[in-house]
Amino acid sequence: MALLEIIDLHARVEGQEILKGLDLVIEPGTVHSIMGPNGSGKSTLANVIAGHDAYEVTSGQIRYRGQDLLEMEAEERACAGVFLAFQYPVEIPGVSGMQFLRAAVNARRRAAGEEELDAARLLGLFREKAEVVNIDMALLKRAVNEGFSGGEKKRNEIFQMAVLEPTFAVLDETDSGLDIDALKIVADGVNSMRHEDRGFLVITHYQRLLDYIVPDFVHVLMDGRIVRSGGKDLALELEAGGYAPVGA
Amino acid sequence: MSSNEEIAVLAQRDYSRYGFVTDIESDTLPPGLDEEVIRFISARKDEPQWFLDWRLRAFRHWQKMTEPTWAFLRHEPIDYQDISYFSAPRQGPQYQSLDEVDPKLIETYNRLGIPLQEQKRLAGVAVDAVFDSVSVATTFKEELAEAGVIFCSMSEAIREHPELVEKYIGSVVPYSDNFFATLNSAVFTDGSFVYVPKGVRCPMDLSTYFRINEAKTGQFERTLIIADEGASVSYLEGCTAPMRDENQLHAAVVELVTLKDASIKYSTIQNWYPGDEKGRGGIYNFVTKRGKCLGDNSHISWTQVETGSAITWKYPSCILQGDHSKGEFYSVALTGNRQQADTGTKMIHIGRNTSSTIISKGISAGQGQNTYRGLVKILKGASHARNYTCCDSILIGDRCGAHTFPYIDVNNTTSSVEHEASTSKVAEDQLFYCRQRGLDQENALSLIINGFCKDVFKELPMEFAMEANALLAVSLEGSVG
Repeated sequence: MALLEIIDLHARVEGQEILKGLDLVIEPGTVHSIMGPNGSGKSTLANVIAGHDAYEVTSGQIRYRGQDLLEMEAEERACAGVFLAFQYPVEIPGVSGMQFLRAAVNARRRAAGEEELDAARLLGLFREKAEVVNIDMALLKRAVNEGFSGGEKKRNEIFQMAVLEPTFAVLDETDSGLDIDALKIVADGVNSMRHEDRGFLVITHYQRLLDYIVPDFVHVLMDGRIVRSGGKDLALELEAGGYAPVGA
Repeated sequence: MSSNEEIAVLAQRDYSRYGFVTDIESDTLPPGLDEEVIRFISARKDEPQWFLDWRLRAFRHWQKMTEPTWAFLRHEPIDYQDISYFSAPRQGPQYQSLDEVDPKLIETYNRLGIPLQEQKRLAGVAVDAVFDSVSVATTFKEELAEAGVIFCSMSEAIREHPELVEKYIGSVVPYSDNFFATLNSAVFTDGSFVYVPKGVRCPMDLSTYFRINEAKTGQFERTLIIADEGASVSYLEGCTAPMRDENQLHAAVVELVTLKDASIKYSTIQNWYPGDEKGRGGIYNFVTKRGKCLGDNSHISWTQVETGSAITWKYPSCILQGDHSKGEFYSVALTGNRQQADTGTKMIHIGRNTSSTIISKGISAGQGQNTYRGLVKILKGASHARNYTCCDSILIGDRCGAHTFPYIDVNNTTSSVEHEASTSKVAEDQLFYCRQRGLDQENALSLIINGFCKDVFKELPMEFAMEANALLAVSLEGSVG
């Protein structure tokens, strides 16, 4: 069974149709990359998968491990293992990173019928994952994303992903605004999580990230449709020639 | 008449004509207010003549006063002649142990989640429980007595410690202070009294639970807390009320006095019945709370979490008279449904180098209206006084309101005043971010609001902070979606 199957997806936001018949199949254990110019619908796709209320699906289907994803609330999708690393992570004043993740971890465990983790076990889990993504534990004591640098916010997203261990993760332009060192840390974090049961959808504007997270498949999104798919070499080709020849 | 005989006499009375609403029989005055009512209350409390005279002065003054209208509140007029001014549980107020307390009363406490017995053992908190107007159980009295701390009902203090009461009652909130405080001075039936002697750090947090359980009975509590030189005490006040259809008036007065180097920390959780979603019922809460830092280097801190009542009119204030004295006000006020709150503080700087901090967090949901009203007044002689004020409001939904009325009056050139204010909406993006991580809508909202209130919650004693978290979550249920 495919991990994620998108069939003829149409979606709009603020009355404007953005996705116009998108098809995509992602098998477990694979990394897919979606590239495309600004306004082609990349972030809309990420938000529709995650279940943002502002994005309205007008027709089409998304099946996640055989389930109808569009029938599920955003939190149900999250608890079923769908994760979105946000392009613009949101600040939550007064809520520490620890508090936030404790609530998230335990919400998922409750949904799965598992026992909630106590403070000591959570701290152990956070320490272990902080090491993987090379994030300072001190960051977790601060309010979520408040006063974080761009790089800290993105690394924090990857840290959350490492803690929550999703089955399917969408990375929405996680590379934007990162210097090369931060980019490597983010990529290492993702690579360390590659697993035969897990799938990734890496949305990016630049080929650069794909030097570090090497995808199995690359898709080109233009005007709400996937216009071309290929292997990792397609990204290099786009880098050299731009999007214009693809769409033509 | 001994108290046993009195109980026997009371027990034989015919109570049916009063239409009692609980199984605990009360003896309740018929509605109405005149000098006879005040004499009755005073006599029932075995008060000395000087105290009756004080009440009567207040009453005569009150008759010349009119209800204030400046608050940002709207409600039906209150008929003060339609309120009963005295209601006492049938049994007398003097108990040596909880075993003597009417088991029905204990059961009521338990239903409200206030297991008195357990609290005694587990929390180490002395509880002076007020059921309607008469104190029925005071615990931990002996341990406190060992430290020299007096913690008793106001009625008892008037009888047993008249010199302290006479010296301090009305010294912070005079009987002529304002319409509601004056009414309270005339008709209050009971409340708590605390005296912490020189150099004593009160060995435990003191706590009173207030209950309103008598339909159409105004509640007029009077609390007086005195911390003598170098003394310190933390006082916890928590309130709940059972469901009631009719509006109930509550007009309490709390006075705090700190002498040199003393400190009082006063924490409140107020969750009286707020009325239903159509605005029916709910408590009208007109409270005067004020502390006076009389001595140099003394400290008064108010922390309040106000989630209940249909109407809240409340300004816990500090008069910073002693040099280097310090006043603080930390407040979370939540209004949902059709609740209205007009709350804030007054910081009056009189002494030199006095400082004050005001942190106010207003949360409006449903059709709630939430007003912050604060005065920072720095008198001429208060050289180098400092104030910091931060008032933030957050709106949930698009039918509620947040309002801020800060008054700043500075009369010298050496002082500094800072004021920060913000109003925000709970952002869809914040909710979505939390939900994407697995939190449902209500948990997400509760997490965001608790974060918003963090600067106030961290001032609460631990067990109160946890209650406050739970209370906000319950109060916000159903406000999104």
